[in-house]
Amino acid sequence: MDIKVNVREAPGDCYVIDLSGEIDVYTSPKVKDAIGELIDRGVYFLVINLEKVRYIDSTGLGVLIGGLKRVREHGGSVNLVCTNPQIKKIFDITGLVKIFGIFESEDAAMKALV
Amino acid sequence: MNPAVEPSDKELVELRIPSRPEWVALARLAAATVANRLHFSIEEIEDVKLAVAEACTAVIQHDGHGEFIDLTCEALSDLLRIRVRDSGRHGLQRAEAPNMNFDEARIAGLGVFLIRTLMDEVSYDVSPQMGTDLLMVKRLTSPTDH
Repeated sequence: MDIKVNVREAPGDCYVIDLSGEIDVYTSPKVKDAIGELIDRGVYFLVINLEKVRYIDSTGLGVLIGGLKRVREHGGSVNLVCTNPQIKKIFDITGLVKIFGIFESEDAAMKALV
Repeated sequence: MNPAVEPSDKELVELRIPSRPEWVALARLAAATVANRLHFSIEEIEDVKLAVAEACTAVIQHDGHGEFIDLTCEALSDLLRIRVRDSGRHGLQRAEAPNMNFDEARIAGLGVFLIRTLMDEVSYDVSPQMGTDLLMVKRLTSPTDH
């Protein structure tokens, strides 16, 4: 079990974080570090791509919420790309669909950032 | 893979893992394997995995947890009964502990909320002497549909 994190620059002063694997109490610190490093560098507009995430639990949700809270302090935003119905279900039942912008494609998530 | 559990069967799987984050994946895999022996749907198996992981995580993330977590998965004809026990002196109730900041408490509470939402029955005892003892049940909604 592992999580792969890939960070890439995208047009319009924003970054995309591609996540692949499982986000749980063991792997979520790696995701938290990736988000935190970008925010520390002054990147406040993020797209986090969850298309290849097979599993997420409350610690993973906590990391995403923490990142969103930090960027919002700087007028930024975090949009998510999520197509896995099981992952979307977790955002639905926790009510986080009302807090995050959740999109079916990276293009849509990028366009909605600005 | 052997056929799913027949109505008259009862299967019991017990697993002891160290109370550390790197072992939670094994606990949820074990629970998913037992759930798969019944006729649960893929979505229901995912529910079970998440509930078990949240229970283990809740134990691990709080001070005073025991050295091990004991997971018991019991497959009956129409339900899966799961018990998560920890011999530490704190447990799920620490989700509302006063030394946690507001965000930490909310996220810890999210785990308990998920367990209650995804499983059909949930009960737990937390005592200074016995640690955490969480019992949860997932029922087969319509066995013939799966």
